Amino acid sequence: MENIKKSENIVFEKPRLINDTPMHYCPGCTHGVAHNLIASVIDEMGLAETTIGIAPVGCAVFAYKYVDIDWIEAAHGRAPAVATAVKRLSPDKMVFTYQGDGDLAAIGTAETIHACNRGENIAIIYINNAIYGMTGGQMSPTTIVDMKTATCPYGRNVALNGYPLKITDILVPLEGTCLVTRESAHTVAAIKRTKKMIRKAFENSLAGKGTSIVEIVSTCTAGWKMTADQANKWMVENLFPAYPPGTLKDI
Amino acid sequence: MAEETRLLKGNEAIAHAAIRYGADGYFGYPITPQSEIMETLMDEQPWETTGMVVLQAESEVAAINMVYGGAGCGKKCMTSSSSPGISLKQEGISYLAGTELPALIVNVMRGGPGLGTIQPGQADYFQAVKGGGHGDYRVLTLAPASAQEMADHVALGFDLAFKYRNPAMILADGLIGQLMEKVTLAPQKPRRTEAEIRKECPWAALGKPADRAPNIHTSLELDPTVCEQHNLRFQAKYKAAEENEQRYEELCCEDAEYLIVAFGAAARISQKVVETARKEGVKVGLFRPITLWPYPITRLNTYKNKVKGILTVELNAGQMIEDVKLAVECKVPVAFCGRMGGSIPTPQEVYDALKELSLRV
Repeated sequence: MENIKKSENIVFEKPRLINDTPMHYCPGCTHGVAHNLIASVIDEMGLAETTIGIAPVGCAVFAYKYVDIDWIEAAHGRAPAVATAVKRLSPDKMVFTYQGDGDLAAIGTAETIHACNRGENIAIIYINNAIYGMTGGQMSPTTIVDMKTATCPYGRNVALNGYPLKITDILVPLEGTCLVTRESAHTVAAIKRTKKMIRKAFENSLAGKGTSIVEIVSTCTAGWKMTADQANKWMVENLFPAYPPGTLKDI
Repeated sequence: MAEETRLLKGNEAIAHAAIRYGADGYFGYPITPQSEIMETLMDEQPWETTGMVVLQAESEVAAINMVYGGAGCGKKCMTSSSSPGISLKQEGISYLAGTELPALIVNVMRGGPGLGTIQPGQADYFQAVKGGGHGDYRVLTLAPASAQEMADHVALGFDLAFKYRNPAMILADGLIGQLMEKVTLAPQKPRRTEAEIRKECPWAALGKPADRAPNIHTSLELDPTVCEQHNLRFQAKYKAAEENEQRYEELCCEDAEYLIVAFGAAARISQKVVETARKEGVKVGLFRPITLWPYPITRLNTYKNKVKGILTVELNAGQMIEDVKLAVECKVPVAFCGRMGGSIPTPQEVYDALKELSLRV
C-alpha cells in the first residue's frame, strides 16, 4: 500500500485547489471534470492567490464550494458584467466566469455580447448541455430541435420555440474576442485539449489580448434522463452536429 | 486637488465629490435628468489622476452588477440613474444587501410611473425606503436638498455603506440634480491601496493568500435555518442603523405651532413657505429628514404633543406621510400637499394647504 503512494507511482491525483467538499453534481455530469481542469490550470500557472472566479446561477452556482480561490457569485446571467468590474478595478488579477447555457445565452445574452465586444480581459468558461439542469430540466436557448425537456415535452418545436442559439458563433466576429473555441470533455483526448484551451484563455487574459471563450459541450445525465455512458454517446450523435467542436477564432 | 468652491449643478457636484472622495469605480447608463454625472466623470478623466474607473455600461442592469463585482473586491463603487433605471437596478440592490456588500446608488428621481416624465418627482420614496427589490432588506437612504449636499452625501453615503456593509442610496430629485449652486468641494483623498483594502475589508475577494480561507460572496443558502440566521444578522444591523443614523435638519421649529415635513426639492419650496408664514405671524417650522431610512422618528416623535398640526409636502401622491404619521403615532393631525408626474407645488399652494390645516385643527 505504501509503495502505491510513492510519488513515482502516482498517475492521477486530485488537483491541489479542489477541496474535500463532496460535489453535488450527478454522476456523469461534465461540471466535475471542468472544475478539475480549471483548478489544475490555475495551480499550474501559479495563479491561486491572484484569481477571482465569478460563479453563475444554475447547477454551477456552488462552484465556489469546490475550488479554493476567492469567488463572487453573480445574479443570473450577470457574470460578465461582474467580471468586467473586478478585472478593470484590479487589472493584475486573473478573472474568469463559469456559466451555463441558460445563464450565458438566455438571460445574460446582453452581458455576454457586450463584455466580449468591449474586449474585457477575462476568460469565459461556457458549459453547454442544452438544458436547465438546476431547475429540473427545462428547455434552454441551446436545446436542439426535437429534443425533449420539461418545458418542451414533445420536443423543441421551431414554430413554437424558435431555433437553438449558437451563441459562440455570434461571438466570433466581435472585435473584442481573441479566442473562441468549442470543446468537450467526454474522452481523454478531448479533456486534454479542453485543458490546453482553458490555459490559453487564461494566458490571453493575463496578456491583455481581449476576451476568451471556451465552450464545453457537456452532458446532463439527470436532465437528459440517461446514464453517463448513454449521455456521452447521445452528446456525440446529437449535440455535436449542432455544436461541432473546434476552434472558431484564435488570434 | 485642494478644497475649492465652484458653481455646479447638483449632478456635477456628485461627480466631482466622487473623484475627490477617492471612489474606485463608477458604472452607469445614460438617463435624464442625471446624465451630467457620467458626462462630468468622463470629462474629468479621473483614471488619469486618481485611477478611478469610469465605464458606460450596456444597461442599468449591467451597471449595478458591475458595482456588485467591484464591491465584492472591497472597492468603493457607485452607480447613478433616474427612476425607470433604478427599477432595473433593484435585483442588484437586493443582491448587494443579501451579500452584505457596500455600494452607493444615486437616484435622481423623475415623475412616473413607467417612463413618466423627465421633470422632477419624489415618487420612488416607497421603493427606496420600504424595500424595492425582493427580500427583507433596507437601504441606507439620504435625501440631499442642495447641490452642496449632493457632494457631501457622496462621502456620507460611502462611509455609511462601508460601516454597515450595506448598499446606501442618495435619493435626490431632478430639481436638486439640475439646480446650480455654490458648492465647496473637499480636498482630494487618495484611493486606498490594495494592502489597505485587504486590511480594512478582510472580506474582500482580491485573491486568496495561502493563509486564509477563500472569500466567497454569495446570497444563496438552501438551508432555511441558516438562511434565517443570515436574516437575523441583517435585521440586527438595520436596528443598529436605526438607533445611530437618524439625521434631520430643523428650521424655526423651537416655537412652532405647525410643522412642515419635507425632503429634497419639496423642502426647498417649504423653506420659502416658512419665511412667508413667519412674516405674517404664523408660527411654522420646517422639519427636513436627511436620512429617509432610517427615518428620524425619535426627533419627529417629540413634536406629537408640541404642535397643532403637521403638513407633509412631497412631489408624489403622499408616500412619506405614512412614516410621519407613524413617527407621531397619529397623535396630531397630519395633512398632505403634493403634486405628481413632474409638477411641483408653488410656495403659495403649500401655504394655502397650511392655512387649510390650521382651520381644521
